[in-house]
Amino acid sequence: MSAAGTSIVNGRLVDPANGIDAELDLHLLDGKVAAVGAPPDGFSPATVIDARGQVVCPGIVDLAARLREPGFEYKATIASETAAAARSGVTTLCCPPDTDPVIDTPAVATLVRRRAKQARKARVLSVGALTQGLRGEQLSEMASLQAAGCVALGNAQAPIVNTLVERRALEYAATFGITVFLRPEDRHLRDNGCVHEGAVAARLGLPGIPEAAETVAVARDLALAEHTGATIHFRGLSTATAVRMVRDAQAARLPVSADVSAHQLHLTDNDLLDFDPQCHVTPPLRTPTDRDMLRLAVREGTIGAICSDHQPHDIDAKDAPFPATSPGISALETLLPLALRLVEEGVLDLPTAIERLTYGPARILALPYGRLDVGRTADVCVFDPRSVWRLDRATMASAGRNTPFHGWEFTGQVTHTLFEGRLVYRSAS
Amino acid sequence: MYARPASENLQLDANGRLRHFLTIEGLGRQTLVDILNAAESFAGVSARTVKKVPVLRGKVICNLFFETSTRTRTTFELAAKRLSADVVNFNIGTSATSKGETLLDTLRNLEAMHVDLFVVRHADSGAAHFIAQHVSPGVGVVNAGDGRHAHPTQAMLDMFTIRRHKGDFAPLRIAIVGDILHSRVARSQIHALNTLGVSELRVIGPRTLIPTAARTLGVHVFHDLEEGIRGVDVIIMLRLQRERMQGALLPSEHEYFQLWGLTPKRLAAARPDVIVMHPGPINRGVEMDSAVADGPHSVILEQVSYGIAVRMAVMSMCLQAPSLEEQPA
Repeated sequence: MSAAGTSIVNGRLVDPANGIDAELDLHLLDGKVAAVGAPPDGFSPATVIDARGQVVCPGIVDLAARLREPGFEYKATIASETAAAARSGVTTLCCPPDTDPVIDTPAVATLVRRRAKQARKARVLSVGALTQGLRGEQLSEMASLQAAGCVALGNAQAPIVNTLVERRALEYAATFGITVFLRPEDRHLRDNGCVHEGAVAARLGLPGIPEAAETVAVARDLALAEHTGATIHFRGLSTATAVRMVRDAQAARLPVSADVSAHQLHLTDNDLLDFDPQCHVTPPLRTPTDRDMLRLAVREGTIGAICSDHQPHDIDAKDAPFPATSPGISALETLLPLALRLVEEGVLDLPTAIERLTYGPARILALPYGRLDVGRTADVCVFDPRSVWRLDRATMASAGRNTPFHGWEFTGQVTHTLFEGRLVYRSAS
Repeated sequence: MYARPASENLQLDANGRLRHFLTIEGLGRQTLVDILNAAESFAGVSARTVKKVPVLRGKVICNLFFETSTRTRTTFELAAKRLSADVVNFNIGTSATSKGETLLDTLRNLEAMHVDLFVVRHADSGAAHFIAQHVSPGVGVVNAGDGRHAHPTQAMLDMFTIRRHKGDFAPLRIAIVGDILHSRVARSQIHALNTLGVSELRVIGPRTLIPTAARTLGVHVFHDLEEGIRGVDVIIMLRLQRERMQGALLPSEHEYFQLWGLTPKRLAAARPDVIVMHPGPINRGVEMDSAVADGPHSVILEQVSYGIAVRMAVMSMCLQAPSLEEQPA
């Protein structure tokens, strides 16, 4: 038998879905997991990765990453961002529908899938538009979008203002059992705000977004979810109160899940004090109390996934006075590092941190990824948990260099990423 | 952890001297007193037959106004001319597409003309910081109002007026009345008065016009005008913008005047020697009664004339000019 497949040996295998955290080898063949522990009989790998001292885990599943294609290729492309994903251990990306044109027709969904297939670096799944053109007026062709491979539906950063439209959208989506992503924000309460309404906004004179902009929307969305029986997922919670509301809804067995963007677990509105436009994000950075509650919610599982909320920008988008800048962070390359920082700070244990990046998000969309049992797709991330490095925006893989974490020191760095059994990234060292 | 340059350091050079004047926040008491003292020495210039000193001869000062203004721009222009600087004025509407690009491009073009100091007004909070971060080393930036954030020269001329009338700041009780939420003037006044160490600082207005976290700015919040001005030495009235009625922040000017308009009768609750200030322009019959605006307690017109001296002080300090005493006569 000729040599084929890959063995990743001597590493610490962390596969939360299967409750594995042990020194076990992993054997991959034909893009699938062939065996865990001892190799299958007669297995003769073409490649052996010695992962001594390293952590071997499922490839990361990111529920929200903008790749900017089609429409915003001057910011980034599917090719550039899937390369950044590979370097970051991310093998599955869910792309929000706010491209140009919007992903509200099967044609655009197919285009995105085809481009990603050409790039061959990561799996790109589309979140289809919930309403046509994200305008919040007419329903999108949800069944067609589902048939074209959309894994969820959502209205991206344009929450539906009209509650009747939202009700109908949830009902129609529930007809097909599609999960709906909701970015909870009341547009009227948000008004022209750009930072959290609190002490920092009062000092800087920046228009504030009150906590109620999120909680009012969460309350409304929960009521409509209960009424319609739809499965909803809150994309990017930012407030402690919203976390409590979601926790209560889950306790009442409503089919509700939630995620948080990694930066919300580390930054607060105090980081805005010199008008740093890199800290301009939506929802806004809130208070340390909110951040601590979000961390707790990730630990206890109310928040089932940590996302990058990757939004690469061109230089001009951030080169203006704070309110005139575009919100968002180029965040793929800090997703795993920020999660590992939570381990370092004692917020999460390593298996939980990995779960919230892999099986947790996969489970929210019932995706067959984020786990490494035999027969599963061989998406694997290998990282050195002791490697200390400093983020330098000049050496980022993403086309977007917009990050507030420039200069931060992180512990833990990806050394290998395998996507469908193929090595798509390997660190130079 | 990555350390960003703190905003307060942006304004000062390595020796702690003013490089830019962007906000009162982060400046020490001594710096504010230095500005007031310098303004005092310049105040005499306006009374001379030849209203000019050669402090900034050969310097180019550019008034870069992205928001319309007549008064503030004029006082900056006069101040610069009295310092013998050359002055260029640019009024650029913010309606131009892509504000950010316009702003940086404009700045780079003007810098090529060897401007030494920019006086900037812009509708976005943080715009003056942004410009200060992008100018060449050695070029100064004075904030003439950025969004709701800061208007530090207005605050300093108010401090100057208060000091002229009251002398020491320490025993003073001061009330600021009106639209605190949208006021860059109020924010700068609050920082200045707290830095100069007044006895008590109050803000008065309806909840819709007071920032939610106002107390964290170091003020006592009142909603009743008479209660709020009881026993105060200084009342600072703020201008009420007409568009506040459209934004559902207030029902009407009529009701606003009934509750928060300053009348001679209400003024009696304050100390007998109270002074009444207003950054102008006044909406008579909205923020205050004409009898107050033109009355014996009003120092509103003085504020305007002191504005020139204060701006002369700030501009000469930012350009590290020798003080007036050190100049050849």
